[in-house]
Amino acid sequence: MNYFEAKNLVFDYVKSDENGLVTTNRALDGLNFVIEKGKFTAIIGQNGSGKSTLAKNMNALLVPTEGTMLVDGMDTCDAENTWKVRQRVAMVFQNPDNQIVSAIVEDDVAFGPETLGIDPDEIRVRVDEALMGVEMIDYKKKAPHLLSGGQKQRIAIAGAVAMQPECIVFDEPTAMLDPKGRQEVLKVIGQLNAKGITTVLITHFMEEAALADKIIVLDGGRIQMEGTPVEVFRRADELKALSLGVPPAVELGLELKERGIDAPDDIMTIDEMVDYLCQ
Amino acid sequence: MSIEVRNLTHVYSEGMPHESLALDDISFRVEDGEFVGIIGHTGSGKSTLLQHLNGLLKPKSGSIIIDGTDITSPGVSMREIRCKVGLVFQYPEYQLFEETVAKDVAFGPSNLGLSQEEIDARVEEAIRLVGLDYERLKDVSPFELSGGQKRRVAIAGVIAMKPQALILDEPTAGLNPKAHADILDMVNTIHRTESNIILFVSHNMNDIARMSDRILVMDHGRLAMNGTPEEVFTREEELKQMGLALPDAMELTMRLRRKGMNIEQNCLEISALADAIAQLRG
Repeated sequence: MNYFEAKNLVFDYVKSDENGLVTTNRALDGLNFVIEKGKFTAIIGQNGSGKSTLAKNMNALLVPTEGTMLVDGMDTCDAENTWKVRQRVAMVFQNPDNQIVSAIVEDDVAFGPETLGIDPDEIRVRVDEALMGVEMIDYKKKAPHLLSGGQKQRIAIAGAVAMQPECIVFDEPTAMLDPKGRQEVLKVIGQLNAKGITTVLITHFMEEAALADKIIVLDGGRIQMEGTPVEVFRRADELKALSLGVPPAVELGLELKERGIDAPDDIMTIDEMVDYLCQ
Repeated sequence: MSIEVRNLTHVYSEGMPHESLALDDISFRVEDGEFVGIIGHTGSGKSTLLQHLNGLLKPKSGSIIIDGTDITSPGVSMREIRCKVGLVFQYPEYQLFEETVAKDVAFGPSNLGLSQEEIDARVEEAIRLVGLDYERLKDVSPFELSGGQKRRVAIAGVIAMKPQALILDEPTAGLNPKAHADILDMVNTIHRTESNIILFVSHNMNDIARMSDRILVMDHGRLAMNGTPEEVFTREEELKQMGLALPDAMELTMRLRRKGMNIEQNCLEISALADAIAQLRG
């Protein structure tokens, strides 16, 4: 079942200066794609390729200039649908400090469901469940600013989870984290997806994109590639031309090939590469 | 020029209920021309340490000797120290504020009492050094540039002060692979051209391994390790306990070894590992 469906999706940023001169910057230029319910999709592309604009079109923070974006069958251009879409699709951004609003962890996680007008007893249950899901229940009475980056980002994710969304869009959630924080956040993302939450991950880390069911490659507001990680990372030269790269295991496979050692091109992770080389 | 830190200790919110020891008896020395990488988990004290090196923070105890001057002693001109030690914060592009690229880069040098010719010359040199097209971009608003370009403009503003030591706090965070590689090239170029000291903070172990002569590892306010990339990244267990990781090539090397592959070299780069595997396969 299609959860997201973009048809000729166009988005223009329009600004006018003090002289009334209007300039238009086309950020998304006729996208067509579908994302199935429950799947894990990664979106990669260089800075300015339209990734974050697309993310904001996925929960009606922005609506298409032309074309349509359907979320669970609902057209985001129809204002009647705005709140329904935002209840279904939650967002987690890059910098946890910009999305934490309360001085106590559990208050912060409760903020979203409170705005939905949910019964306080139900909110308590949801907050505890969400904090358990991100392995932060022991911190529920703590102050967020005393936590590490990875912990704060997991609080932000718990805030999204407590709204019981069907989908979470993660916009570079690990960009500011140390290695352990990154691992923690990726593990939580994997667990949420395993529970059936449709997952969209925007990232500059190719090894993170390799974990997805499908990768969409954006450049200049257009889809340049779309496919499984194996299909996309096979096209290493094209990715390089788009200022992107390949995961380290794929890079090693390519380097080995140059030295006359054949490694299968469907090896995406370090684990798979180690298993192959030591078999 | 050298930087020497002796028994540096810093306490946040001293005497308050949430008092915390941010830096705990740190000592190290950085020689002229060295490229030093700094790693550590979030909250390990990296940024607190950097802010001491150009006098933004004062230590509780210990000394910081920059080019022979102990900057913790009274009466030291902080202005002079900040000209010698340039600090580029995380996401420096948020600090851009001027109407044009050239004006933004000129802001620092304009406050040094230099002649207009000298300022103009420094601005042009700095913009070229960060790999931007001076003629094309000097009169453009910095806010119209891409993320990677904005960051270079911000770095040019610090370089235009001609610091003898340049400190960069996570200069590649949030950039796509190409922009990321371009910033690393830029840092290398600055290091070669200006032959200054570079202190480079990053969560990216690949970059740290590739760029650094020496690595400082911070953990809970202490200096846990101080050694070459090879010395540091062979201490896998300790690093992982601190919430850090190995460079990808080293992680692969270690795992292949554990599975019985006899790789002798400590491979810090993927190409070196490919060489080692090719050698084994003979």
